[in-house]
Amino acid sequence: MKKFTTVEGVVAPIDRANVDTDMIIPKQFLKSIKRSGFGPFLFDEQRYLDVGEPGMDCSDRPLNPDFPLNFPRYQGAEILLARDNFGCGSSREHAPWAIEDSGFRVLIAPSFADIFFNNCFKNALLPIVLKEDIVDLLFEEMYQEEGYSLTVDLARQVVVRPNGEEVLFEIDEFRKHCLVNGLDDIGLTLQDADAIREFEQSWQQRSPWLFNAGP
Amino acid sequence: MAGKTLYDKLWDAHVVKQRKDGTALIYIDRQLVHEVTSPQAFEGLRIAGRKLWRADANLATPDHNVPSLKSERDGGVAGIVEDVSRIQVETLDDNCDEFGVTEFEINDIRQGIVHVVGPEQGATLPGMTVVCGDSHTATHGALGALAHGIGTSEVEHAMATQCLIQKKMKNMLIRVDGTLRPGITPKDVILAIIGKIGTAGGTGHAIEFGGSVFREMSIEGRMTVCNMAIEAGALVGMVAVDQTTLDYVEGRPYAPKAELWAQAVNYWRTLRSDDDASFDTIVEVDAETIVPQVTWGNSPEMVAAIDGVVPSPETTSDPAKRAAIERALEYMGLTGGMAITDIQLDCVFIGSCTNSRIEDLRAAAAVVKGKTKAASVKRALVVPGSGLVKAQAEREGLDKIFVDAGLEWREPSCSMCLAMNSDKLGDGEHCASTSNRNFEGRQGFGGRTHLVSPEMAAAAAIAGHFVDVRDVMGL
Repeated sequence: MKKFTTVEGVVAPIDRANVDTDMIIPKQFLKSIKRSGFGPFLFDEQRYLDVGEPGMDCSDRPLNPDFPLNFPRYQGAEILLARDNFGCGSSREHAPWAIEDSGFRVLIAPSFADIFFNNCFKNALLPIVLKEDIVDLLFEEMYQEEGYSLTVDLARQVVVRPNGEEVLFEIDEFRKHCLVNGLDDIGLTLQDADAIREFEQSWQQRSPWLFNAGP
Repeated sequence: MAGKTLYDKLWDAHVVKQRKDGTALIYIDRQLVHEVTSPQAFEGLRIAGRKLWRADANLATPDHNVPSLKSERDGGVAGIVEDVSRIQVETLDDNCDEFGVTEFEINDIRQGIVHVVGPEQGATLPGMTVVCGDSHTATHGALGALAHGIGTSEVEHAMATQCLIQKKMKNMLIRVDGTLRPGITPKDVILAIIGKIGTAGGTGHAIEFGGSVFREMSIEGRMTVCNMAIEAGALVGMVAVDQTTLDYVEGRPYAPKAELWAQAVNYWRTLRSDDDASFDTIVEVDAETIVPQVTWGNSPEMVAAIDGVVPSPETTSDPAKRAAIERALEYMGLTGGMAITDIQLDCVFIGSCTNSRIEDLRAAAAVVKGKTKAASVKRALVVPGSGLVKAQAEREGLDKIFVDAGLEWREPSCSMCLAMNSDKLGDGEHCASTSNRNFEGRQGFGGRTHLVSPEMAAAAAIAGHFVDVRDVMGL
């Protein structure tokens, strides 16, 4: 998993409450055998005017001009600003996969649905819960200023506004450790790579037939 | 100090690191890979820029999605009609190429159901830890291996680290002593065990099958038994190594040769529970009491003797059990109190990782030889577990026996066990099936599965309803 330290990036809005994972990535794309490539289909039904199907080339599909993520000013955004209960509904991990694949690293909202919240951490995404009045303020500043950017410093657990004011956020210590060090389960196990190698050498000496590649 | 169980020995031999929280890093010797549960794991590796820790510890073959019809199969991967299935198989091919994993591709004679292929090739060996993204991986425990199914995240974990993070399970001994009556099969033994302890009976345990019945049983029979440990609630089922095990393994393509063979055998001979080993749970079954088994409901524990009846809800005072029986009777279209032999069949399926090996096919062929399938049975499929099993059966003329009796001879695949390819039951159809799960819809929407041995399925194909195969065979 990618290491997460500090992100300084453009903020893009999904300005509605109770955004569900069906909306984030519709069901037809779950047929995929991949964990990547969901980005072009993020918010597919809102983003395009036609009906999306897996495997489509999205570059020439008709874009919905009223959908914020299509606005030129939000292109390249790395921080998604959202409302209450973001990511509710289906447990599909395809939702964080699609968000991450679109270049986002941080989500900020007053609250997230539990399963979605958990899934984010497995995919190098940082969901930040801030008080509703702060989120309101960020929405307001963002709408007023094109190219509005925030800095998110995970080590210090702060969101830094353009005026330099810092907003603290909470995060579970273990999750922070995993994100900062880019660790998933596999990453954690690989911290014991030396022990695995040591075991493997000794095991090979005792059971050499297990390391015979076959016919 | 008490001795060790077989499970204790296999576990201890593979502990890389014991952690303070009670989990341990366990080294994995062999991972079997198929097309359904591996694509996102390979993709995870690709995204993280990781390689396989030991590519040679992995062995792949497509099985779930591959067609069993020869006409469709002749086209290879490109000939698979359904897009989603074809893409999954193609993806396995591509991933194996990219990551350097040996794969027996769709029309390679070594292709087949992973749990048939592994032992057949000697790719799963006594003393190994074996994993696969499939719950029937316990099959390999028949060789005295520690084998169990895992999810896709753990598939990726094992690929990347050659380890899993695990907690040690409890030890359970299921001892079946005595001598099986003539005509009683390994499938009847495991179904009778599941009927006795229930589908949660083995939860949290590693099961060792012990006693004279398993000592006298062939390795293929032991595989049938261990295969269904998961239907008894246990991830792991195994049988101690003995001369039968060594005779089975010797000479197989991936098995050690010459000096390595001798060295391996020395170690493998220790792979049995010590006489003074202690088990957390012991279950004893008298071999003499086991008769041919038929499941009547939607859980493998809903099983009855061939001379028995479908239970009525009023036979139990437990409201939950009563409700379960009522639901099952409704789904299965059966009436409480009716004789098992009165269950009429529309379909017969002989195959799956439980019962698709050469001994299974020989046993089924012996029952149908010179007879004709009942007209009321619309379809009877015989699906060998691997290309090599198929070839062996054809050398013995078994295919001709089946075809002459009106059964269809198919290509190796999981087929109608779980209906991921086009072999499906129709709504409401009753099937005598040698597979392992009789869940609602498992073999097709509305399909009604009855789990039986290959011999009982073959006898049912001829009669059109369940019959005691011992009567048919004059035993």
